[in-house]
Amino acid sequence: MRARSFAYPYVLWMALFVVAPIVIIVIYAFTTADGGFTFENFASMGGTYLSVFGRSFLLAIIATAICLLIGYPVAYSLAREKSCLQGIIVMLIMLPMWMNFLLRTYSWMSILENTGLLNRFFSAIGLFDLINAISGFINETFGTNLSTDLEYFEMINTQGAVVLGMVYNYLPFMILPIYSVILKIDSSYLEAARDLGAPPRTVFRKVVFPLSLSGVLSGITMVFVPAVSTFVISDLLGGAKIMLLGNLIQMQFLGSTYNPHLGSAIALIMMVVVIICMTVMNKFGDEEEQAVMF
Amino acid sequence: MSKELIRLKDVSMTFDGETVLDNMNIYFNDKEFLTLLGPSGCGKTTTLRIIGGFLVPTSGDVFFDGVRINDVPPYQRQVNTVFQKYALFPHLNVYDNVAFGLRIPKAASDGEDVIDQSSSKKKKQKKVKLSKDEIDQRVREMLEVVSLKGFEKRTVSSLSGGQQQRVAIARALVNRPKVLLLDEPLGALDLRLRKDMQQELKRIQKQMGITFIYVTHDQEEALAMSDTVVVMNNGKIQQIGTPEDIYNEPKNAFVADFIGESNIVDGIMREDYVVEIFGRRFRCVDKGFEKDEPVDVVIRPEDVDIVDLSQGALTGLVTSVTFKGMHYDIIVDFKGFKWLIETTDFCPVGSRIGIKLDPDSFHVMKKSEYSGMYGDYSSYSAEYDEIGDVEYQEEEAPQEEYYEG
Repeated sequence: MRARSFAYPYVLWMALFVVAPIVIIVIYAFTTADGGFTFENFASMGGTYLSVFGRSFLLAIIATAICLLIGYPVAYSLAREKSCLQGIIVMLIMLPMWMNFLLRTYSWMSILENTGLLNRFFSAIGLFDLINAISGFINETFGTNLSTDLEYFEMINTQGAVVLGMVYNYLPFMILPIYSVILKIDSSYLEAARDLGAPPRTVFRKVVFPLSLSGVLSGITMVFVPAVSTFVISDLLGGAKIMLLGNLIQMQFLGSTYNPHLGSAIALIMMVVVIICMTVMNKFGDEEEQAVMF
Repeated sequence: MSKELIRLKDVSMTFDGETVLDNMNIYFNDKEFLTLLGPSGCGKTTTLRIIGGFLVPTSGDVFFDGVRINDVPPYQRQVNTVFQKYALFPHLNVYDNVAFGLRIPKAASDGEDVIDQSSSKKKKQKKVKLSKDEIDQRVREMLEVVSLKGFEKRTVSSLSGGQQQRVAIARALVNRPKVLLLDEPLGALDLRLRKDMQQELKRIQKQMGITFIYVTHDQEEALAMSDTVVVMNNGKIQQIGTPEDIYNEPKNAFVADFIGESNIVDGIMREDYVVEIFGRRFRCVDKGFEKDEPVDVVIRPEDVDIVDLSQGALTGLVTSVTFKGMHYDIIVDFKGFKWLIETTDFCPVGSRIGIKLDPDSFHVMKKSEYSGMYGDYSSYSAEYDEIGDVEYQEEEAPQEEYYEG
């Protein structure tokens, strides 16, 4: 038996559940409800759709950037720890991922709500009273008209909450690939750099960072792609106010404005845009060490 | 010799309770080619890493040009290292690898400047950056020294082992260090290339006129290249000397056995110039021992003359013959003690031969902790030599904290 025949089950799987759905989406995107070929689905996407696109990409980019800013230092310092400690920390990083995704996001809801955990905490320590008192004092002194009846911070159903949800859920996907790449960098490279006169900062800038770039690229991909297409996070933490591409597509299939043809068209455009983004990203990286993309 | 450049004073190194260097005292002269020679785990690489600044000794001091440098980090030391596995930066091409050190602005301090003698003198505490042209000129110059002209744009991974080796040497030397440290640099190369590189390194050292401190476990390499050889074992220096000294006048059984082949037998120094082995007295050239002092006697395989049975001072039975091209290695049994003898005469297995020993073929050593451990060829086999060449064990250099700050 030839080795390639071992792969047949997966090939079948791919054909059924990856290739076929994409083909169906493409067909749907270019047809009308009665089956005729059309560009109407694309042409009908007007200004609102554009703003949803813009918002989706913006929030995903912000979340990815925050993940990178938090994740890289974590991955870097983790890689220099003793190996037993590394194992524990890696497990702690992955631990949330073993819990249900919905559950995690729901718990953020109850934390961020107007009467949620955080607001009740602020209230309990008298933060709102303090702010109200200060506002009242300013009003009296300067004759301004600041509100003095603050009872909670509005955190849920904001773009910030959505970004927070993305960062919280996808941060491990940034940390782990960077960590594993940094871990594999041969320590003799760092020694060689120091030997050649590089102070620690230069060692990092000229050796560690360039050599970890492939991990950074896979991290970005693994955070950005799910972030740009999420609908659960925006649904739960953004409420009806923050509509993202994922919600838009979901609405076309399951929501009030049932229109799978339009939904497919949006999904198709999103896919194309993401592919373009990732291709451009990979061009920046070392050509030999491409990020995991396909 | 010329002036002293580096000194290790009472340096000890302990890793997890295990002593790797035991109270080591040694100095390194300017412009010399010095080799630290010893088996795996003898502490030679640790010594090198202490000089390079990658390890701080548990106790003792390191001096460079009279200044204590224990706490000076590697990047501020005027030494450069050629690493065992070269450690060429995989994300840079040959040119950028070599230029790496030059592109880092360095403090030109105290006139003892790491940069150019003429251009950047006495700019205290100021970071000096070399111009693009100067970097370019020096990189090209150095690539020419290591015969890699035209390889500038090649990626590191496309080079052969020998070429990578040259890049590593160029990358270190381009910074014009006062001392170049080489950690078993030829280990990964095949025998032929190794011999060529030995010549090459010696030439480069002469041309640059700087100190090379070379670490190896290959005694042949050490003898061929060095001005001074330091034989180490168990974290202690066994002997320091010129290659000739080390070979001809080994201090103890360990050195005698590690450098070349040696038959080491128990003897008694009856008086000056008279040594007794196997119950017979021989004239020798050694003196200065107590009367009737027990000693170790080294007889090199090539110093033994085979003669007729009747004329032999000792007679023995040939138990093994190996053809080596230039000569035969034969094992001869003398009263249960087996000797290795190199001879150009063929003596068949089972024949009895006599041997003659000239006074200068004996080397008498004081008894040491190594007495009785080496120099018997009872377990000799023809593959013995090859094993040493093929198995290239890396010395276990303990890891330390690499990232800092």
